[in-house]
Amino acid sequence: MRCWLLPALACALAQPGAAHAADAPPGASSCSGCHAASKTVETAVPRLVGRKPVEIVMAMREFKSGARPATVMGRIAKGFNDPETDAIAAWFGAQSD
Amino acid sequence: MSTRRTFLKLTAAASLAPAVASAQGAGRVVVVGGGFAGATCARTIKKLDAKLTVTLVEPNKTFTACPFSNGVIAGLRELRQQQFGYDGVVRDGVISAQTSAGSIDVSAKTVTLADGARLSYDRLVLAPGIDLNWSGLPGYIEAAAEKMPHAWKAGPQTLLLRRQLEAMEDGGLVVISAPANPFRCPPGPYERASLIAYYLKTKKPKSKLLLLDAKDAFSKQKLFQNAWAQLYPGLIEWVSLSQGGKVTSVDPATLTFVTDFARHKASVANVIPPQKAGAITAQAGVADRTGWCPVEPVAFESTLQPGIHVLGDAAIMGGMPKSAFAANAQAKVCAAAVVARLAGKEPVDPRLINTCYSLVAPDYGITVAGVYRPDKGQLADIAGAGGISPIEADAAFRAQEAVYAEGWFRTITAETFG
Ligand SMILES: Cc1cc2nc3c(=O)[nH]c(=O)nc-3n(C[C@H](O)[C@H](O)[C@H](O)COP(=O)(O)OP(=O)(O)OC[C@H]3O[C@@H](n4cnc5c(N)ncnc54)[C@H](O)[C@@H]3O)c2cc1C
Ligand code: HEC
Repeated sequence: MRCWLLPALACALAQPGAAHAADAPPGASSCSGCHAASKTVETAVPRLVGRKPVEIVMAMREFKSGARPATVMGRIAKGFNDPETDAIAAWFGAQSD
Repeated sequence: MSTRRTFLKLTAAASLAPAVASAQGAGRVVVVGGGFAGATCARTIKKLDAKLTVTLVEPNKTFTACPFSNGVIAGLRELRQQQFGYDGVVRDGVISAQTSAGSIDVSAKTVTLADGARLSYDRLVLAPGIDLNWSGLPGYIEAAAEKMPHAWKAGPQTLLLRRQLEAMEDGGLVVISAPANPFRCPPGPYERASLIAYYLKTKKPKSKLLLLDAKDAFSKQKLFQNAWAQLYPGLIEWVSLSQGGKVTSVDPATLTFVTDFARHKASVANVIPPQKAGAITAQAGVADRTGWCPVEPVAFESTLQPGIHVLGDAAIMGGMPKSAFAANAQAKVCAAAVVARLAGKEPVDPRLINTCYSLVAPDYGITVAGVYRPDKGQLADIAGAGGISPIEADAAFRAQEAVYAEGWFRTITAETFG
């Protein structure tokens, strides 16, 4: 794990169960327009709830640079800087069903 | 900043006054309109703070969604796949008032419903979507829609247009007129032209489609036009504003579209008329002279009436288009801001995403995306992000976007209605 991940992660881990929707960092609430919050939705778009933050962060970095192919995520990832992305990833990681 | 401080003071006063009996932070929120914006907002507020009393005012028992309704017109899906009830909203603890909001008393902070009941609120959210502007296009009065359907509010109009296409003889001329900006779903007329062209190509190949436009440019234009040339060569003719495409009047008796240069008689006529924010916004004093509602970009609170938030198609949202995706995204941001305000806190500076999927054919999807943030009092595009699908892409890429489009529809409707 790199240190750029630490602040957001430390924050999320310090408050277990506190990743309430009310604390969603800027941008996070828009992701669920495509990444279903509910398990029961039939869609080809993978869920983000409960994913390891480091996976989300890596994916977003690669979408942004173009290293990971995408239909739409490249265009979306470019709208978020690293601290914003880290906070969103930490928040999703702390969500559970 | 002084207005911000005034808002805060008003909020504090309001939540102290009639709501004192309830626990700290509690209060009453009334949401008018149970569409993508309103239903999402009501459910999200309740999830964020179960102590709040949230009432959703919506006259229809069943909501009929516009996204994907162009597929119904083209015979690719059924209207019932567009329909959603409010059981999920009620299950989340939202009180449902199945009637329409008739008037709003801003100083008393009450909403009077069509059935005569009166609701008091600490915060009001208006999400009534659009009204068609029946005085915006000469000849296009309400009765004309029975002959020349708009199908811009999904439901019986969608089915009427579909039946007319089914009844048309091969070799007929379908005419669609598209309005000037702003209007609900900027790529919608072009998706509709595409899917009707798909229907004509497969079922009535001698027919043609004429798209008369009051604009010189439109959403995802290059992608649409490339796809039309590839999939429907010679079938769709788009006439721009500068080529004389602006329709100045219609004659429903003869299904004729009149422009400054020509009269076009249609076999099937689809008029997408000019629009404005739902009527309740004018009554509440939150609509300006454009017919739409100016809001600040953090909590989408009216700049004309503090304490009233306006969401979705009815609002002027800077760079964000009038889409179901945008309405749902705004509603979630607004819900968090309303909960924060009622707890005496400042809402955070938001980021929002919009993505509009369009189908050019059942297995050919395209998108336009944007990421937005408050800037100089408006929601503005974040530079470098967003944009349209690549102009050059193989069939597998287009097919993949069509698959994601369907997933998006299921996801957004589940998020809105539960
Ligand atoms: C053909 C077509 C295709 C589209 N495709 C897409 C797409 O692919 N993707 C996309 O993102 N968007 C699409 N849209 C746009 C989308 O439908 C709208 O942007 C969206 O519905 C806006 O949501 P809203 O909540 O503001 O309004 P609406 O969804 O219209 O909801 C408004 C609700 O308010 C209620 N209401 C109005 N007045 C009152 C009152 N006085 N009291 C109580 N209730 C009231 C109405 O009954 C209605 O249920 C499309 C639109 C069309 C026409
Ligand atoms: C318009 C729909 C849409 C929105 C909005 C959206 N995504 Fe995605 N996301 C996708 C799609 C589709 C993919 C698959 C890759 C592609 O084709 O772009 C994906 C893939 C991903 C992946 C990779 C998942 C994996 O297992 O491979 C991550 C991580 C991700 N998105 C994060 C986000 C975050 C964070 C947000 C909000 C800031 C977001 N997405 C908003 C549609 C969306």
